[in-house]
Amino acid sequence: MRLDAADRQMIDSYQRNLPVCERPYEEMARALGLTEEEVIQRLSALQEQQVLSRVGPVFEHSQAGASLLAAVAAPEEQMDLVAARINRAPGVNHNYAREHTYNLWFVMTAPDEDTLEERLDELEHQLKLPMLRLPMVEGYHIDLGFDIDWEALP
Amino acid sequence: MSTFTLKSDPVLSNRDRELIVATQSGLPLVSDPWAELGKQLDMPADEVLSRFQRMQEAGVIRRVAAVPDHYKLGYRFNGMTVWDVRDDAIAQLGEKVGCLPFVSHCYRRPRHLPYWSFNLFAMVHGISREEVEHKAAQIREVLGDACTGHTILYSSAILKKTGLRLKKQTDKQ
Repeated sequence: MRLDAADRQMIDSYQRNLPVCERPYEEMARALGLTEEEVIQRLSALQEQQVLSRVGPVFEHSQAGASLLAAVAAPEEQMDLVAARINRAPGVNHNYAREHTYNLWFVMTAPDEDTLEERLDELEHQLKLPMLRLPMVEGYHIDLGFDIDWEALP
Repeated sequence: MSTFTLKSDPVLSNRDRELIVATQSGLPLVSDPWAELGKQLDMPADEVLSRFQRMQEAGVIRRVAAVPDHYKLGYRFNGMTVWDVRDDAIAQLGEKVGCLPFVSHCYRRPRHLPYWSFNLFAMVHGISREEVEHKAAQIREVLGDACTGHTILYSSAILKKTGLRLKKQTDKQ
């Protein structure tokens, strides 16, 4: 995905924080040397193309509820079935297949710790597979993105 | 009269929850997003903005950002690098790894011996496996002797990915 210089600069400048004020896009426009209309159009287009997954708040799960990273080792031939069951389970918001014995990695969320526990127990029971439960003990760097090396991208 | 959540008081008011529901897939891309949200929520624009700002101050909103999809941009290789780090060194080393500019997430998680011996997780993205491995080597260097094992779990498919999903009213189901 090749983006022009203005799009790149906009992502570099605002992938971590954008202004929360009365007219956020106007303030971004001032900093970028664009018009507010252009900023809105560019953000809309990038969102449409799914280059931006979202323009908006990133919520802290531990404040709005509970969440936990878990993994299971699904037998190769059952992987699709197990993955589908995980995706259907209430509260699952991420599910990644990974190249490892533990081949399905997912994040379970719930409004509170007790419900989280119940949901994990229920899913583990359904899957009939031991579940690796990996709560965050400490965060050293929490999803703040990273510097994009535009020149290296295909 | 704050009804906002802190660690000790993890309860959001219904109005806050409505605002979370309305913004969890993004802010309206219009000149005055707060007025637009106010229309949806039947709330004055300035109340929308001030609730939003207070949730940000309280840490319910971690950040507000134009969040790129790295995969879509060309970072096809997502490597979850996992490390077995000595317990007495992990706090200090975790901080250091978290500071590396290419690490997007870095967490300490429990071991589950004998099945799982890795207690430090650092997410690394690359346009090739070589790039991910090169970055993992830099993490290895930071960890030094305190690290006794590691591996990289590449993602082979994203089967589901959504942001926080609160439902209207309660999330009990």
